[in-house]
Amino acid sequence: MVWYTIRRILQLIPVFFGATLLLYFMVYKLPGDPTAALGGGRPLTEAVRNQIREQYHLNDNFFTQYWLYLKGIFTFDFGTSFSGRPVLDVMQQAFPVTIRLAIMALIFEAVFGIVFGVIAGMRKGGWFDSTVLVISLIVIAIPIFVIGFIAQFVIGVKWGLAPVTVGGNDGIANLVLPAIVLASGSFAYVLRLTRSSVAENATADHVRTATAKGLGRPRVVSVHILRNSLIPVVTFLGADLGALMAGAVVTEGIFNINGIGQTVFRSVQIGEAPTVVSIVTVLVLIYLIANLAVDLLYAVIDPRIRYA
Amino acid sequence: MTAVRLKKIAAIAGALVISAGVLAACGGSSSDSDLVRVNGSEPETGLITTTTNENGGGRIVDRLFTGLYYYDADGNPKPAMVDKLDTTDNKNYTITIKKGWKFTDGTEVKAHNFVDAWNFGAYTPNAQKQQSFFAPIAGYDEVSSENPTVKTMSGLKVVDDYTFTVALKQPAIDFKLGLGFTPFKPLPDVAFKDIKAFGENPVGNGPYKLQTWQHNVKADIVPNPDYPGENKAQNKGISFVFYTSLDTGYADLQSGNLDVLDTIPTSALRTYKQDLGDRAIDKATAQNQTITIPERLAHFGGQEGVLRRQAISMAIDRKQITTNIFQGSRNPSKDFTASSLPGFDGNLPGESNLEYNPTKAVALWNQANAIAPWSGKFVISTNYDGGHKEWTDAAANSIKNTLKIDAEGAGIPTFSQLRQQINDKTIQTAFRAGWQGDYPSMLEFLEPIFVTGGGSNDAGYSNPTFDAKVREAESQTSAEASYKVVGEAQQILLNDLPAIPMWDYVNNAGVNTGVKAAITWSGLPDYENITK
Repeated sequence: MVWYTIRRILQLIPVFFGATLLLYFMVYKLPGDPTAALGGGRPLTEAVRNQIREQYHLNDNFFTQYWLYLKGIFTFDFGTSFSGRPVLDVMQQAFPVTIRLAIMALIFEAVFGIVFGVIAGMRKGGWFDSTVLVISLIVIAIPIFVIGFIAQFVIGVKWGLAPVTVGGNDGIANLVLPAIVLASGSFAYVLRLTRSSVAENATADHVRTATAKGLGRPRVVSVHILRNSLIPVVTFLGADLGALMAGAVVTEGIFNINGIGQTVFRSVQIGEAPTVVSIVTVLVLIYLIANLAVDLLYAVIDPRIRYA
Repeated sequence: MTAVRLKKIAAIAGALVISAGVLAACGGSSSDSDLVRVNGSEPETGLITTTTNENGGGRIVDRLFTGLYYYDADGNPKPAMVDKLDTTDNKNYTITIKKGWKFTDGTEVKAHNFVDAWNFGAYTPNAQKQQSFFAPIAGYDEVSSENPTVKTMSGLKVVDDYTFTVALKQPAIDFKLGLGFTPFKPLPDVAFKDIKAFGENPVGNGPYKLQTWQHNVKADIVPNPDYPGENKAQNKGISFVFYTSLDTGYADLQSGNLDVLDTIPTSALRTYKQDLGDRAIDKATAQNQTITIPERLAHFGGQEGVLRRQAISMAIDRKQITTNIFQGSRNPSKDFTASSLPGFDGNLPGESNLEYNPTKAVALWNQANAIAPWSGKFVISTNYDGGHKEWTDAAANSIKNTLKIDAEGAGIPTFSQLRQQINDKTIQTAFRAGWQGDYPSMLEFLEPIFVTGGGSNDAGYSNPTFDAKVREAESQTSAEASYKVVGEAQQILLNDLPAIPMWDYVNNAGVNTGVKAAITWSGLPDYENITK
């Protein structure tokens, strides 16, 4: 188990270098000179543009630029954005917000997805099951920005029950609605995964045995059914944390939340390599660590799955 | 129903009510409710007069610093720090500033604060984005070269604490008009010690001072209590809330979380008048849109080119496009400037070249064909990241249907890619271009774009008669006299059409209940005079 964990952590190193190199190359290859649009409609003078290109090493070749970037990272210098702010500052401001939002979304989809999934699975074919199936289908079919705008307009603007936009007031209470919107897509998947898994396990032999032994229903459901049913659900949730953080672009845009989604969007638009690469690299790492956590969790949920 | 059950239901209902209450309470912010909340966007760089050249930062910087003049809502320059400005030839100026004005760090504003700021802005190693605005001053070429050896412009001299002189390369009435514009404002001594730190925390002499700047979220400014100027703040401060999408801003306006939104998003143009009622404001602003057709393109040189450009101009039904696509948020062009500028005429001879006239368009096109027969396709390039696709397609269609030639709009993904091709003069098609007035002057819409070698002369246009007219306008001693000559210069352009004017922008804005705000010549709210 320990060796397995160490090996998995060591694997992060090549992934880190591979991801940064690839990302840096892609941003480097973005067409258009980033300094061309800095002056709005009125172009900057050639001398000033050159000065700025010099400052950001834009005149250097790809490998020099990438090398300078890597060198900086080992001293925790992630470079400077075009606005002159250290990228580290930008990340320190943006990440906590998005992490908060993503974890809230994850909790919503896990709690509601699993609870509704278990109920639906236990009463397969009943009215609750059918209703939930139809609703989950609809939620999956509607793009998240539509759900977002509707929620914003109805709950925020018309009813005034939740803040219309978050802006700087990004406390937990203000993030509830955006988190629900962000969770809505994956919620339906969690629900359906849980439901089919529970429905399948409910008829398993060991469950029948447990019931025959006279165990109470809550214990049968929570220990004998749920424990076995959760493996695919946890796998999905683990992978989904990364997806939620990346998917926050849309939700953050709608609710004007200043997280990494918005930051990456802006930075890609103006071709700001250090910011894009740094943020996406951290996202990649989060994704990998979440997957590692899932793999380790398996052993806890189901002792039959143990790694040498 | 048992008592236990009832209790449970009551508890759940209670929890729901409480959580709804918590959510609702967080909706309206109470702490900064005294400030007027307006829309803005994160400044591209630190807040420095000589480098801030975009809208998001500009609207804040202009509140924090005051120059020799300020512009009122109609775009007329009004004296601010200037006490006396003497010139006999529009070339040599002696400027005396008022005594007793202070920066918010307590130091008095003196003549050297202007001279230092301008020299700083023009000196290449400082990489200030507004560098080009100092070009008219004598000695600019020396400090603005790639590796300058001198740091100060020979045309600027401090005479005493309150007087300095400016010598220009050639007469320019426009220089005086521009003296209220951002790069010409003074900077305190502390700015030059660490300009980066200063940009984060600027110290100005304007009607407001910076209270907080929360990056990517908002910037709050509060009135400067010692401000001696006429354009004092009439409110308790302004909170610039940063949005990346106007749709979000519009949702906030509708729910009362925003007091002024200066641009209605395209998605709401059809409905905003119903949504907002008398809280909607429309105002023409100093921004226009053109289709530029460089002379170097095949079939667009010489007399043939002039005929073809006139034909294309008359083949576009501007009125239909502005009504159908822009819901009246654009006004068809009458000349090369914008209708909100002081001195705008709107009835210049040759203006008919900008009106839809299919019969004449075809006749002109055939005349051009007699010189050299048309071949190929007429393409209008545009960037697709700024909402320009629909209208370029419509304009191309209008040309296609009228002239019976192959015409289409072509997309370039981003503004920076389009600009790069235009700057490098490698673009092989017609392209869309727009101009936004930096200060309220018609000459600013003509000189950089159409004078031979102008900084933004994307068309590569060169016409000695036009150049001479602009110089003549610059050397006039009164604004009125200069307007007349500007009109004559524009008649030349209306014939040659180096760029085809399409329309001026109309700003559709909205305010919250009980808020009074006006939109200025530039399309921004008249911030100092917003009340609520």
